Parts: sequence; C-alpha cells; structure tokens
Amino acid sequence: MSRYLRPAARLAATARASAVRPAATSPFISRAAAVPSLQKRTYADASGVKEYTVRDALNEALAEELESNPKVFIMGEEVAQYNGAYKVTKGLLDRFGDKRVIDTPITEMGFAGLAVGAALSGLHPVCEFMTFNFAMQAIDHVVNSAAKTLYMSGGIQPCNITFRGPNGFAAGVAAQHSQDYSAWYGSVPGLKVVAPWSAEDAKGLLKAAIRDPNPVVVLENELLYGQSFPMSEAAQKDDFVLPFGKAKIERAGKDLTMVSLSRCVGQSLVAAENLKKKYGVEVEVINLRSIKPLDVETIVKSVKKTHRLISVESGFPAFGVGAEILALTMEYAFDYLDAPAQRITGADVPTPYAQKLEEMSFPTEEVIEKFAAKLLRL
Amino acid sequence: MFSRAVRISRVAPIRAAQRAQTASVAARRTVTTNAASAQVDKSSIPQSDEEPFQIRLSDESFETYELDPPPYTLDVTKKELKQMYYDMVVVRQMEMAADRLYKEKKIRGFCHLSTGQEAVAVGVEHAIEKSDDVITSYRCHGFAYMRGGTVRSIIGELLGRREGIAYGKGGSMHMFTKGFYGGNGIVGAQVPVGAGLAFAQKYTGGKKATVILYGDGASNQGQVFEAFNMAKLWKLPALFGCENNKYGMGTSAARSSALTDYYKRGQYIPGLKVNGMDVLAVKAAVQYGKQWTTEDNGPLVLEYVTYRYGGHSMSDPGTTYRTREEIQRMRSTHDPIAGLKQHILDWGVAQEDELKAIDKEARNHVNEEVAAAEAMAPPEPTPKILFEDIYVRGSEPQFIRGRTTDEVFYFH
Repeated sequence: MSRYLRPAARLAATARASAVRPAATSPFISRAAAVPSLQKRTYADASGVKEYTVRDALNEALAEELESNPKVFIMGEEVAQYNGAYKVTKGLLDRFGDKRVIDTPITEMGFAGLAVGAALSGLHPVCEFMTFNFAMQAIDHVVNSAAKTLYMSGGIQPCNITFRGPNGFAAGVAAQHSQDYSAWYGSVPGLKVVAPWSAEDAKGLLKAAIRDPNPVVVLENELLYGQSFPMSEAAQKDDFVLPFGKAKIERAGKDLTMVSLSRCVGQSLVAAENLKKKYGVEVEVINLRSIKPLDVETIVKSVKKTHRLISVESGFPAFGVGAEILALTMEYAFDYLDAPAQRITGADVPTPYAQKLEEMSFPTEEVIEKFAAKLLRL
Repeated sequence: MFSRAVRISRVAPIRAAQRAQTASVAARRTVTTNAASAQVDKSSIPQSDEEPFQIRLSDESFETYELDPPPYTLDVTKKELKQMYYDMVVVRQMEMAADRLYKEKKIRGFCHLSTGQEAVAVGVEHAIEKSDDVITSYRCHGFAYMRGGTVRSIIGELLGRREGIAYGKGGSMHMFTKGFYGGNGIVGAQVPVGAGLAFAQKYTGGKKATVILYGDGASNQGQVFEAFNMAKLWKLPALFGCENNKYGMGTSAARSSALTDYYKRGQYIPGLKVNGMDVLAVKAAVQYGKQWTTEDNGPLVLEYVTYRYGGHSMSDPGTTYRTREEIQRMRSTHDPIAGLKQHILDWGVAQEDELKAIDKEARNHVNEEVAAAEAMAPPEPTPKILFEDIYVRGSEPQFIRGRTTDEVFYFH
C-alpha cells in the first residue's frame, strides 16, 4: 500500500469499543423527532419565538420580497394555480396576481433562459425548479448565461436572479430524482450558492438571495419543508436577511468539528447529542449555510480548537463538498489536526429505490455517530 | 415494411401529385437574394436630403406564413440611404480589419466574421429604436457596432485591450452595450434569453420589442422551440429571426434541417421570410414586425436569407463544403453593399464622387479606430483586474482564490 494512504488505513484499522445499539427504524423519523427538541433548547428563554416550518419560512420570504419590490417575480412549474408542487408558493398567486406569480410550461431550459433574460433586462426573477434534478436540463443557463455574463461583459451587465428549489434526495424517489448538486453549482465562479437547514436559514438566505445583485442558487431540501423550527422574533420581521459566506455554529464543542449543510446538519446534531450521552464528548456542529462563498474561517477556527474534523454531506463522494472542505482544512489547518480529516458522504451509487438500500446510500445519524466515535478513538 | 408500402402502385399517383405540389410551392415562394431589386419613381425623389420619398420593394422580397405581408413600399430619405450605406461599409471594413489582425496573430481564439451579412445588422438597427433590445449569436461585431459600440472598442476587445467594449474580458463573442445583450457563445442559448428580454418589456410596459437573432444551425436547438412556445403563450414582443446564411459551420441547411423554411419553424407563430441581402427589405420587414408585435399580436419568426462570404470562423477557409463559384457568385452579384450602391447611383441619391467620399470616410474612420485600438494597453495582469467583476462591485465575497493558497485575493 502506498504510504500516502497510510493515515487513512490506520484509521480504518483502529479498533473501537462498539457498543451494540439498536438501529433507528428509519433515519427520517428519528431525525424529525430529535431536531426540534434540540432547537427548542437553544431558544428556551427567548420571547416571541414561534414555530415555523421551512416551507412557511420560504413562503414568507417570497411574499415579503414580492411585496417590497415590484421587480421581483416568481416563475416555475406549478408555482401559481397549483400553489407549488411542494406548496412553497402557496397563496402567492391570490395575493400578487398572475403577473408576478407565473406558471411555466414544463420547459426548464426555456424558462431558465427566459428568466435570465428578464434579469439581464433589470428585473429580479425568482426561478423555481420543481427539483434541481430537472435543472440539469437548464444548467447551461445557470452557468453560462447567468453566472458568467457580468464578467464577460466587463462588469456592465449584471444578472440579479435567484434559482431555487429542492435539491438532493427525498424519500423513495430513486436515482433520477435524488441527486445533490451542491458541488456542481459550488464550483462555478460568478454564482453564489446557499443551502438552508432551519426555518431561519431558509427565510434569511432566500431573502438575501433575492436582494443580492448576483445570480444565487438556493438549494433547499424536500425532506425539510415540513419540519418545524423555532423562529426568533428578529427573524419573523421582514428585514431579516442572513449574510452569505457565514457559517453558523449550531452546537459548540471542543472535541470534534463536524461541518455539515442542509438536512445533514440536523442529523449531525442528533449524532453529536448521542456522542455526548454515550461518551461525554462535545462535538462542534457547523451549519455551512453558504456553499459559495464558503466560510473557511469558521472551519479553521473550530479545528484549531478541536483538532479533528469530519464533514457530513449527502452528495456523491467524488469531487464533492466534503472533498473541498477536507482539502481546505488540509491547506489551512493541517498543523492543528491530530487525526486525518474525514468525510461522510452519500455513497457512490445511483440512488436505489428500495428503502433499506436507499438508507445505505446516504448518511444516517448512526453512521455519523459511529464514524465520529471511530475518529475520536472512543 | 415501408419499402413494401411504397411499392404498391396506387401510392404512386399520390406521391407524384405531392411532388408536383411541392415543386410549384417552391417556385412560388422563393425569396430573391438580389440586393438591388427595389424600384422607385425617380421623379418622386426630392432634392432635400431630409425629405422622405417612397421606394417599392421587389415582389420577391418577402414570403409569409400565416401572416399578411408587410407593405412593399418603404419611406426613406436620401440621408438615411447614405447612412445605411456608410454603416454597411464600416461594418465590412471593421470585419476586414479583424480578418487582417487575426492573420497577424493579434487576435486570439475564435473570431466569427459577418462579411456578406451586413444588411441584416444594419437593416435591423434602422428599423428599431435605441430603446428596443437586440440579442444575437457569437457573430456579433456588426450588431455591437450598430447598437452603439465604437469600432475602437470592438476591435480593442478583439485585441484583448483594457478599453475594449468588455474591458478585455469577453473577446469576440461577448460584447454588450446599452440595449444589446450579446454575443452568446452557446449556440441557441440567446433565444430563450431574448424571450426573457421581451418578457421584461411586457412586464414593465411600453411599446418596445426585442430582436433575437440566431443562425440556421442554431434553429434546431430544442431551446429555440421552448422559447417559441412561451413567447406565443404569453404574447411576448419578440421578433425571432433566423439569419439563414445557408451553413451551420460546414453543414448546409438541407443537411441539418428537416424543414429549411425557417420562417415556418414557429408552427403556431406567423412567419416572414426576408431578402436578407437587401438592407431595405430587412428594414421594411423589421419595422413591420415591430409594429405588429407591439400591437400585442405576439411574436414573429423571421428568416433573413443571407450569405456569409468567409468561413464559419477564422480557422475555416469555408471552401470544403461549398464551391468557390457559389461564393464568387454571391459576392459579385448579390452583395448588399454593391446593391445599395447601385440604387443610390441609379436613383440619383448621390453621385459617384460623393459615394466615393463616403467610402473613404468609412475606411478612414475604421483605420483610425483600429490604430487607436492597437495603441490601447492590455489589462494589467494584476489580481485586482483578474478578479474584478466576477460579482457586482460591493457584493463580492471577502476573498477569491487564485491558483494556490498564496494567490488568494482579498476584496475587503
């Protein structure tokens, strides 16, 4: 074996006290139950905190931005009369009319291009993809028409557009509807890319995306839409925006840095809580929020404190968000690491349909917990 | 199975009938590419440069699809005819300068010239207002000039200069100016984007239209049809226009398109085929199209029948897929500049020496501008310039990465 592979091999060979734990019956159910309770604790004594689903938070963000700026409009498949394929745009047609809330034909490349044209002309379109899996048909316009035009024009032609929709896998939708495009969009200069997890993330990041003068890709997650999170009083106001390029430390810790995004943040928090219960270790969980620009500073600061890093994401392993985080950690925090940084990703497989096979294809709380324990030699 | 079917004798008469019908239709519907086919009653031509008079376009200037033809008469002034002539000569001279600079290895990468197609860019601009929008393909130098870009900024861009129209960041295919949205390097991508410009015009109100151009090659891209569909559905003021120069790179229209009547490609959108070698016919068609579409009649699909003298790009000699005779015939008998020149002389709009003076003025202008462009400095190879304008100023991330961790550029 090449010596370059030795550190990882050493990790793999590490024996670990493996207390047998009953596997969660479904990773989705256990996560759904655990996350809000964690969050409630965070806001326990705050006043005016309300429970919001991610769906409601997105809806509120859209409604507020449509209200405040006549240049903003939303277009996409089933956004108007149907009230949104996932009900994110519910009620917007009734409130803002068919000039501002526009049903498109099923023609991703066409309407993405059209939305870009409207943005070049000075409007601020929100282009909804029913899922980002379908946006692959339109990715040329996201990358070539939207992201590059400002630079190619020497700065004279901005493109204020927001592409949004659910990204990554849902439950039982098989290979063509389960891909995570974070790494794809995250690699394109000229784009800003965000991936909200909580309701506050969803509202603050979507509003910031619509207001940002650059093309922004908002990668939502279908499994999070129905999940409730507490929303602080400040976040309920219509001037609430979150800055891009700033990660949020969802849980402070001193023993391991866990960098995650989107739905995996909730899973990481559950795993962190279990690790504390079982082993008394404190895991720091970082919610990236923003994929491009990426908050390297927060990651490095955390590694300096914990000396260990694990990234958790649901994309394919090769050339992914995890790969980028590990590379950056190696570049900027190598001397602070006590163990090789590790990544937990989706499996390198077209997502299967059968439930147990699907579970094997994506990070679960149990996998995160076990692998973190192994890294910590617990 | 098919072969058995056609062997049945009773099929034969039907096929024969079809063939006969097709032939007659084709004969009836050929648009001329004669660049000097318009007529005028010479006695109606006024002395003054500013006073309008009426010309009559050839009956073979247009073919229509589900549309009443535009008027075959067009009001022009002497001044405008001379301006059109000047514009076409400038575009031609500019493209020839680009050709020379490319051969001198001063222009890098791709360079697509529109020599032979000048009547389209010039005719379009003379038919619309500055407040209308234009978007086209990578063959964009002429349009960039007509929309208000200066020759020096266009040539400067080709030379990769800091004062180029896109500050040296875009090159030949990516030129933008007010009301002009490129210049798109992806074949056909400008068509839905153009529909979006029209969408914005409708959204904000006002009698404005968008002229969208694409080639006969691009016309087979799926997104062109996606744009047609939405434009018709939402009655967008979009004038789609196929610049049919007969070849998509080296593939002739007949080898790429199941239906080479590009003006009928909109199916449910009315179409108008235009003699794209005649700047007057182009102007008449686009003027009519703009009026039609801004009256909330929805989009139109135009076809400008034109011809490119050069290859697809500078790296293509343009002779492997067509004969030299064909090029020579178009150049010598259908040239848009020679055609308008003939009209100007025949109609007494200007005398030979006045035209020569215009020629000289155009040539001198281009030469001076090219010299100015060559004297421009290239962008300084500094991180500040490399990383500027990736994001709108003031909204950049804190830093952007260069090639190594040593080359991180901080904005703030």
